Amino acid sequence: MHLYNLTLQAPTAITQAIVGNFSGARQQEIIVSHGTRLELLRPDPQTGKVATVIASDVFGSIRSLAAFRLTGGTKDYAIVGSDSGRIVILDYDPKTSSFVKLHQETYGKSGARRIVPGQYLAVDPKGRSVMIAAMEKAKLVYILNRDAAANLTISSPLEAHKNAAIIHHIVGLDVGFENPTFAALEVDYSESDQDPSGEAFNNAEKLLTYYELDLGLNHVVRKWSAATDPRANLLVQVPGGQVAASDRYDGPSGVLVCCEDHIIYRHMDAPQHRVPIPRRRHPLEDPDRGLIIVSAVMHKMKGAFFFLLQSEEGDLYKVTIEHEEEEVKAVKIKYFDTVPVASSLCILKSGFLFVASEFGNHYLYQFQKLGDDDDEPEFSSTSYPAFGMEEPALPLPRAYFKPRGLENLALADELESLDPILDAKVMNLLPNSDTPQFFTACGRGSRSSFRMLRHGLEVEEVVSSDLPGIPNAVWTTKVKEDDAFDSYIILSFVNGTLVLSIGETIEEVQDTGFLSSAPTLAVQQIGEDALLQVHPQGIRHVLSDRRVNEWRAPPGKSIVTATTNKRQVVVALSSAELVYFELDLEGQLNEFQDRKAMGSTVLALSVGEVPEGRQRMPFLAVGCEDQTVRIISLDPESTLETISLQALTAPPSSICIADILDASINKSHPTTFVNIGLQNGVLLRTVLDPNTGQLTDTRTRFLGTRPIRLLRIQTQRNPAILALSSRSWLNYTHQNLMHFTPLILDTLDYAWSFSAELCPEGLIGIAGSTLRIFQIPKLGQKLKQDSMPLSYTPRKFIPHPANRYFYLIEGDHRTYSDEVAAQKLDELRSKGKMIDDEVINLPPEVFGRIKAPAGQWASNIRIIDPVDYKTVNVISLDNNECAFSLAVVPFAARGGELHLVVGTAQETYLSPRSCKSGFLRTYRFTEDGAGLELLHKTETDDVPLAVMPFQGRLVAGVGKALRIYDIGKKKLLRKVENKSFGSVIVNLNTQGSRILVGDMQESVYFAVYKAPENRLLIFADDAQPRWVTAVCMVDYTTVAAGDRFGNVFVNRLDMKVSEQVDDDPTGAGILHEKGLLMGAPHKTKMLCHFHVGDLVTSIQKVALVAGGREVLVYTGLHGTVGMLVPFVSKEDVDFIATLEQHVRSEQPSAVGRDQLAWRGYYVPVKAVVDGDLCETYARLPAGKQSAIAGELDRTVGEVLKKLEQLRVTASGF
Amino acid sequence: MSSELRYTANTQLEHLHARYTGTGHADLTKYEWLTHQHRDTLASIVGHPTLNSYLAIAENESIGRIKFEMTERMLQPCGPPPPKDED
Repeated sequence: MHLYNLTLQAPTAITQAIVGNFSGARQQEIIVSHGTRLELLRPDPQTGKVATVIASDVFGSIRSLAAFRLTGGTKDYAIVGSDSGRIVILDYDPKTSSFVKLHQETYGKSGARRIVPGQYLAVDPKGRSVMIAAMEKAKLVYILNRDAAANLTISSPLEAHKNAAIIHHIVGLDVGFENPTFAALEVDYSESDQDPSGEAFNNAEKLLTYYELDLGLNHVVRKWSAATDPRANLLVQVPGGQVAASDRYDGPSGVLVCCEDHIIYRHMDAPQHRVPIPRRRHPLEDPDRGLIIVSAVMHKMKGAFFFLLQSEEGDLYKVTIEHEEEEVKAVKIKYFDTVPVASSLCILKSGFLFVASEFGNHYLYQFQKLGDDDDEPEFSSTSYPAFGMEEPALPLPRAYFKPRGLENLALADELESLDPILDAKVMNLLPNSDTPQFFTACGRGSRSSFRMLRHGLEVEEVVSSDLPGIPNAVWTTKVKEDDAFDSYIILSFVNGTLVLSIGETIEEVQDTGFLSSAPTLAVQQIGEDALLQVHPQGIRHVLSDRRVNEWRAPPGKSIVTATTNKRQVVVALSSAELVYFELDLEGQLNEFQDRKAMGSTVLALSVGEVPEGRQRMPFLAVGCEDQTVRIISLDPESTLETISLQALTAPPSSICIADILDASINKSHPTTFVNIGLQNGVLLRTVLDPNTGQLTDTRTRFLGTRPIRLLRIQTQRNPAILALSSRSWLNYTHQNLMHFTPLILDTLDYAWSFSAELCPEGLIGIAGSTLRIFQIPKLGQKLKQDSMPLSYTPRKFIPHPANRYFYLIEGDHRTYSDEVAAQKLDELRSKGKMIDDEVINLPPEVFGRIKAPAGQWASNIRIIDPVDYKTVNVISLDNNECAFSLAVVPFAARGGELHLVVGTAQETYLSPRSCKSGFLRTYRFTEDGAGLELLHKTETDDVPLAVMPFQGRLVAGVGKALRIYDIGKKKLLRKVENKSFGSVIVNLNTQGSRILVGDMQESVYFAVYKAPENRLLIFADDAQPRWVTAVCMVDYTTVAAGDRFGNVFVNRLDMKVSEQVDDDPTGAGILHEKGLLMGAPHKTKMLCHFHVGDLVTSIQKVALVAGGREVLVYTGLHGTVGMLVPFVSKEDVDFIATLEQHVRSEQPSAVGRDQLAWRGYYVPVKAVVDGDLCETYARLPAGKQSAIAGELDRTVGEVLKKLEQLRVTASGF
Repeated sequence: MSSELRYTANTQLEHLHARYTGTGHADLTKYEWLTHQHRDTLASIVGHPTLNSYLAIAENESIGRIKFEMTERMLQPCGPPPPKDED
């Protein structure tokens, strides 16, 4: 087996974000790391919308990012710390729209190791040096400078190692133009490692250490070191240094040390200031629980600065420092606003705050005010004795605030993110859909959601109105060439034409010069200010003064089809003749003296737009009934001569020539494509050679069941093609590459572009007798999301086999369910405690829920209607139980009646794993599945993490034990058990009497149930231990699984073993067989192995295209959706594998990781080709493309076609 | 092996141990080995974004808290060392 891995949706989680002027222009941009992918975002300060500029896979794991700017420079660079053992400086090149690697310095081994730097990055604020640090010991300092030609240079590294020191955080100190200094938060473990009494451990000091880079001596010295709070976790740079022009200081310099419950201002030879982190005054708060800061941002404005710190609850605090020159007078903290917990915060100069959420959607907020003059309580270090440092070991009295809705920030934009996907199913549930949808359970805690993803572009409807009749075509037109917006809508009916004018309202107009008594074939704004209407009897050329020049079709003949552009008109007559008109310099439409007889009825015509600076488009495409398309010259030298011919498989229904930029073919100029739609719903796309007029590089695609209609439109001021069949498709350029994506829209009969003041980039279409105006807001997004909120983190969901509902279990650790919270509050009230209702009634989806101690759970079973995205019913679990598994089981003992079995556990602790008691709850479906009735609960000794129906009974994985249960009156009855599994059973699959058991640590076991002897036996397992997270039984002997470290693999059992096991009726043979390698008697063989870089949460074997082959679709925790496609032939494998090898050598990773080593992170890649790497072939420079193609004995077009074909036939994407 | 060679081999080994924290040697105790294993694992968890998210979801804590607690635990992941035998 050979597989081709392709990512359908790249990870959407943001692990870090940095802000800077990366393109060197005035505007600020944000670079975000998606873990394995870098993306450049550009927020538009006017509209407040965030647009993606580029995104590229780095084939490595990004661990840290930092932006820096050389002194006096205008452009920021990005430094990337990754698992490559290399430091990389990236420059965004706006010309080629790519990240260019300026420097790559190797310092250590690859991999995310303890003592190899890459985890932390700190830059000097003046851009003179950078420190890169590991989790322990290693810190390297690089000096950044310019050479004579103003190029960025990097020095060899200087070591600032400290043995046996665990590094918590590092930051660059702002010291102005003095020697660059870095602050590190370190703990030394050498003493506590030696002290058996544990005293040294208890007294271990967390040190704040300054490392100074002496630029004169070119080495790093430990300048200062002082103990700070033992629960410090984060350092924040405080501005400092003198302003160049005056003697004034920008700030006091030093750092803010964020500790549990406190913020300390700290600097060498300066008094400390300490303030408490204000807490929410919640009646149920756990007084023992500390509060830490998880992300921070400092912002400098003219002559002032402030900090925004975010606590782990999501509350933002504004911290200000009052200082006189270098002396700090006070540190003040106050509550600012509450936003989702962020992995990174970025403040933009244009007044925006970018919040890269650690889970769920990301947000862009606009600052409304800076919280300066509100009555929010402010806590200052001056109100405590010795600035809060009188007793550094004792906490300050707790400070409280009252959370409230947003006051200082306003939401500007939201970036959808699937992160984390916890479970997913691919199914086709929508009526009228021929492709399946992805149903995903996403999110964490109260911001969780259930989302349906559909392949296609989202369409936003602006207007929809009914028309008196059924039109067969619609156009819009400007009146003059330089009009910004369209003025008329022209609707053609069977027996007439209706003209509407676009103004404040849309209304019918009469005096436009258009013929209203006949249907229309084409409308064009022609020349400078004239309009043109083609109708079956002739052509009307309406001049600006409303004079009409009319050309009439010869008697007995009529016009059947027409094509136009700004200067040319071609019509086909019913006698299969072509008549050609061209606009002369006076604006007169002149007929070419000859007519061209085609010999077969003309069905479709197309002439492209006039190329810029040219008189005419020299080619015309003519599609005839004899199943051919001919390219005909319109050049004055050879007018109406046939240049080339292409045979088709069906009569054409529509042709469209358009110039579209596709960087895979031509980097700088648009390519002329001839798109031919056939009556059988197939689209052919060919490239027209601009010199010879030959058609090359044909690609085909099935669009739908109806004859195709093709229309040239504009998207984001670029030409695009709309293809209408039973589905509507858009062919457009995004980030310089061509995309072909369906629109999520009902079938359209005709469409045209529509531009008005309120809807500048819209489309107008007709569907039956309705006229619809719509726009496409998010180009480039291939999956449209519809979502519905959930209460707690979703765990798993399953569909009901008969009705269309989904049953989803959700649960959160350290959370009081609403019932428990209400009960506890009542208790407090009865004790006479005053309770502030405002705090309790804060919406949890914004503020989260109050953290409870470990062992407290809240959980629900939710019934979802996935088509209407609504919750049908919620059954909350009492008794401090949380649901971990569920299955719909047809119990044979009850005549196959379906029951829902939910595996729950009471008072579960995660570490060490324990619970008071596990339960199997058996429910009966009521109201056709919309309700559940609890029949009974069966106690178990451990958490049942996996349940599954099996031969009319239930099989459950309870801790280490696999058991089969049958239904009884009061309980489920245990029938058989096998307790010899490695650690914990997390996954179950079955076929026949075989059960595949996924173990938490020990990979997948093959077990069999032998009914005659009532035995459950393990007969095969994996030779490698694996932390399995998702398993899919591909066939009777094959299993595909994903593990916790981001690998997917396929294992297969030997056919002989499989048969032998099945032939043994009692299982006695297996029972007495000798174990192999301290495990089962047989081992599965690994067929494929691949590191996808994201933790796989579900795998499913499914066909993504109607009638297509089945592929393995997987989802990843960080929001990845990908697939593994089996190759059909050995030739394909050889070809793609060779291509991969060439691309690998031509396209080095942006973070300096070796792609092959990355894909073989834990186990060498086996029999899987990295499609994401292969697809970067399209972005390679033309020279390299053709060199690689030459090595493969193909043309560039053939290679690209093969890649596209692999993607399209497997996924339709 | 000449005594001189043995001497250089030893210094090289010492050098390696000083340079690569966590490298084992013949006299490694169970406690030391386990502590190294745990520290390596904890550092690896903090270094892999997906594992951070995974733990954060399971524990229902923020990623920042998980990273902090993991780093804190690196100080003494397996409790205090066993008392040394006097002889």
